[in-house]
Amino acid sequence: MVNWTAEEKQLITATWAKVDVADSGGEALGRLLIVYPWTQRFFDNFGNLSSPTAIIGNPKVRAHGKKVLTSFGDAIKNLDNIKKCFAQLSKLHCDKLHVDPENFRLLGDILIIVLAATFGKDFTPACQAAWQKLVRVVAHALAHEYH
Amino acid sequence: MVLSAADKTNVKGVFAKIGGQAEEYGGDALERLFVTYPQTKTYFPHFDLSKGSAQVKGHGKKVAAALVEAANHIDDIAGALSKLSDLHAQKLRVDPVNFKLLGQCFLVVVATRNPSLLTPEVHASLDKFLCAVGTVLTAKYR
Repeated sequence: MVNWTAEEKQLITATWAKVDVADSGGEALGRLLIVYPWTQRFFDNFGNLSSPTAIIGNPKVRAHGKKVLTSFGDAIKNLDNIKKCFAQLSKLHCDKLHVDPENFRLLGDILIIVLAATFGKDFTPACQAAWQKLVRVVAHALAHEYH
Repeated sequence: MVLSAADKTNVKGVFAKIGGQAEEYGGDALERLFVTYPQTKTYFPHFDLSKGSAQVKGHGKKVAAALVEAANHIDDIAGALSKLSDLHAQKLRVDPVNFKLLGQCFLVVVATRNPSLLTPEVHASLDKFLCAVGTVLTAKYR
């Protein structure tokens, strides 16, 4: 069970309230595919991923990014039960999607940078720390059912 | 992993834009490192790591200076950081995993202070550059 301090929960939920999920989700997924191009291996059917401009503008990337970040929102609503909350998603990523869990860590780090760029100085060290913990916990939960 | 001509241009551009503020960026990155990844504090038992610490700021300056040096000699990072590489291998022996953590924090600092600078392309180039620096600094570990 993850221990969240009251401050961590407050920092996470306060930030989340201001996040544009469609925008930030698309941005995060797009940057993942650009910064770590090998992650494109999971998206053969997404069409044009031939350049950073193509990736950022790709509607499938935006849509999927929104979907992924929306799921993140579920974790935030269930901070005390993230493993249970993501059990099914974990099985899906293992059995059907065959995604190496390392990719969850990479996406988590990218999301932090997107939040940093969005919120600037308001993304304080304490805020970053809370969010790095969250993305670590989410990545762990998504990997938990792997076999 | 190789830095393309475009990567090199992007990285030089970042440090040109940051200019004299690099020292602050270094200090900020370290502060974030210690707060976000507390295990990194184990390398600094001799430091005052409280907020605003002069020692952290001073060390941040050193780190930033090394990054600037590497950017200025981006065609030969190994050459530029050779002495630092020896130091890390023989004396400091910072576990390689920590360079990634500091790299992440440096990217976050650039993002918080200069979001428009960190386009996806520049983000990718800077990430590669920071990885390259980490690789050089751990190259002589064994």
